[in-house]
Amino acid sequence: MSNALMNRPPVDDRPQPPSFSKRRLPRWAPAAIALVSVAAGCGAGLLAGWQSRVQWGLIAALVFVAGTYLVTTVVEGKRQAKDRIATSLVWVCFVLAIVPLASLAWTTVTRGLRVLDGYFLSHSMAGLQNDEPGGGVYHAIIGTLEQVGLATLMAVPIGLLTAVYLVEYGRGRLAKAVTFFVDVMTGIPSIVAGLFILSTWVLTFGMGFSGFAGSMALAILMMPVVVRSTEEMLKLVPDELREASLALGVPKWRTILKVVLPTAVGGIATGVMLAVARITGETAPVLLLVSGSMFINNDPFNDVQSSLPLYVFEQYAVGTPAAVDRAWAAALVLIAIVMLLNLLARGIARWKAPKAR
Amino acid sequence: MAKRIDVSGLSAFYGSHKAIDDISMTVEPCSVTAFIGPSGCGKSTFLRTLNRMHEVTPGGRVEGKVMLDDENLYASGIDPVAVRRTVGMVFQRPNPFPTMSIRDNVTAGLRLNGSYKKRELDEIVEKSLRGANLWNEVKDRLDRPGAGLSGGQQQRLCIARAIAVEPEVLLMDEPCSALDPISTLAVEDLIGELKQRFTIVIVTHNMQQAARVSDRTAFFNLSGIGEPGRLVEIDDTERIFSNPSVQATEDYISGRFG
Repeated sequence: MSNALMNRPPVDDRPQPPSFSKRRLPRWAPAAIALVSVAAGCGAGLLAGWQSRVQWGLIAALVFVAGTYLVTTVVEGKRQAKDRIATSLVWVCFVLAIVPLASLAWTTVTRGLRVLDGYFLSHSMAGLQNDEPGGGVYHAIIGTLEQVGLATLMAVPIGLLTAVYLVEYGRGRLAKAVTFFVDVMTGIPSIVAGLFILSTWVLTFGMGFSGFAGSMALAILMMPVVVRSTEEMLKLVPDELREASLALGVPKWRTILKVVLPTAVGGIATGVMLAVARITGETAPVLLLVSGSMFINNDPFNDVQSSLPLYVFEQYAVGTPAAVDRAWAAALVLIAIVMLLNLLARGIARWKAPKAR
Repeated sequence: MAKRIDVSGLSAFYGSHKAIDDISMTVEPCSVTAFIGPSGCGKSTFLRTLNRMHEVTPGGRVEGKVMLDDENLYASGIDPVAVRRTVGMVFQRPNPFPTMSIRDNVTAGLRLNGSYKKRELDEIVEKSLRGANLWNEVKDRLDRPGAGLSGGQQQRLCIARAIAVEPEVLLMDEPCSALDPISTLAVEDLIGELKQRFTIVIVTHNMQQAARVSDRTAFFNLSGIGEPGRLVEIDDTERIFSNPSVQATEDYISGRFG
C-alpha cells in the first residue's frame, strides 16, 4: 500500500518551464487585415465624399498598420506586435513605391499604344502639319541611338580608365582630387552640361548644332556615373586574386586587364547600362545642342537631328490631340528602348558573371 | 633547377612601422623549410619579401639583401615580375580565378605571359595537375569553373597553377589552414614530392605539420607588442623539436609560451 503511494508520480508544484508554443495569428490574418483596411479606406472615402483616391489609400494604409498592431497585441503579445508592425510598414512602403510605377507604366502603355504601329516606327514627321494625325518617330529613334551611342563611346573608355586609375594606381593627392571632381560632376544638372558645350563648341568654336554636340554634353553626364559604378565594382574584386596573378609573374597591367576587369565585368556592364539609361532620357542638353528636326538626318556630325525625349517635348508642346498621342507613343518607345538596354545588360552580366559550377 | 636563398640583414616595413627586423638565413635548394611562430611575428611578411610581393601592399618597403643563387632580388634593375616567375607562391586561402575554367586556371600564368600552342598547354595542364595530385579528380571536367571545386581541391589547383610556370622556389603561406585533415594530408604528401624539384618554404601554425613536412625549421617571435618580429633560430627540424638551442623556442613548441 505504502509502496503504491510511493510510486505515484509526485505532485509537481515547481514553476512550469515556459512553453515555446504561443498563440499565433493564422497565416491568412495579414491578408484579412489588409482587406478590411482597404474596405475601411474606401468606405471612409465614400462616406466623406473625398474625391482623391490618395486619401482613400492613406486611410487604408493607416488602418492596416494600426489594425495589425492592435490585433497582434491582443492575440500574440507585445513582442510579436513589434515584429508585425515592422513587417506591415515594409509592405505599406512597398505598395507606396509600386503604385506610382505601375500607374506610370499603365498610363504610358494605354495611351502610347493608340498610334504605335509599324508606320509610326518607320516614318518621320516630314511634310506633316503638327495637328495632322500620322507621322512617326523614325528620325527621333535614329537621333537618340546615334547620340547615346556616341556619348557611350566617349564616356565609357574615359570613365573605365579613370576608375581603374582610382582603384589600382591612384594614391595621394591626384586620386583624391579626381574623386572629388567626379563627385562634383555627378551633381551637374543636365542643362549646365548642355550650356557648357553650347558656350564652347557652338559659340566659341563656331561649330553648328549637331547630334555630336548633344552627345558630348551627354558624355559629360554619363562619365561620373560610369566612374562611380566601375570603381565600386573594381573594389569588390578580392585582393587575393590580384596577388595570385602577380605572384604568377604577371605584370600589373595584364593582371588588371585579364583578371580584375573580367571578374568585375558583369557589374561594370550593369553600371554602364544604368548610365546609358540615364542619358537616354535627357532632354535639356539635346534641346540646346541638337535643336530638333522633323526630318531624318542619319549624320550626327552635321546639322540638326531629333531625339526621342525632344520629340515627346515638342509634340506635347504642340498640344493637338494627334500630337499628344504621338508624344505618348514616343514616350512608350523610349521606355521600351531603355528597358531593352537593361535586359541586354542583365544578359551580359549573367553571361559573364563568375560561375560556381 | 632549384635555387638556394640567402637572406642577409633583411628588414621590412609597412609605411613607418617596422614589421620584421634584421633577418638573415639560408634556405637550401631542394628542401622544405618551415617558418613557425605566433601570429603577427612577421612570418608571412618575411615570406612575401622573398618574391617581392611585400611591396605590392601599399606602403610596403624592404631593406637588406635576398640572394637567389648569385642574384640579389633587391638590387636595382631587377624586375619584380621576373622574380615572381622564378619564385612562385601559394596563398593561405585558395584563390582560383573565378572567371576561368580549371584548365585556364592552371595555364593562367603562362597564357597571361605570352602565347602558347594548345598542344603545349594541354601537356602542361596534365603535368601540373598530376604534380598537384589533382589530375584524377578533375580530368573529366577541365572546362568547368575552378570555383566549383572543394576547398582542398581548389588549394591543389592553386598549387598546380603555381608549378605550371616552372618556378624554382615555391613559397607557401599557411597552405593548409583552410583545409580539412584529408586535404591537408594530400597537400603535405604533395610537398614531399615537390621538394625533389623545388625549394620550398612553408609558413605554418601547425607545429605537427612543420615537424612532418620540413627539413629545417625557423622560429620567429616578437619581443613585444608593436616591436618588429625577429628570427629566433633556424636549425634542422629534428633539433628544433627535440633540443632547440634557445629557451623561447622550447617554450613555444611545448605550449608553455607567453
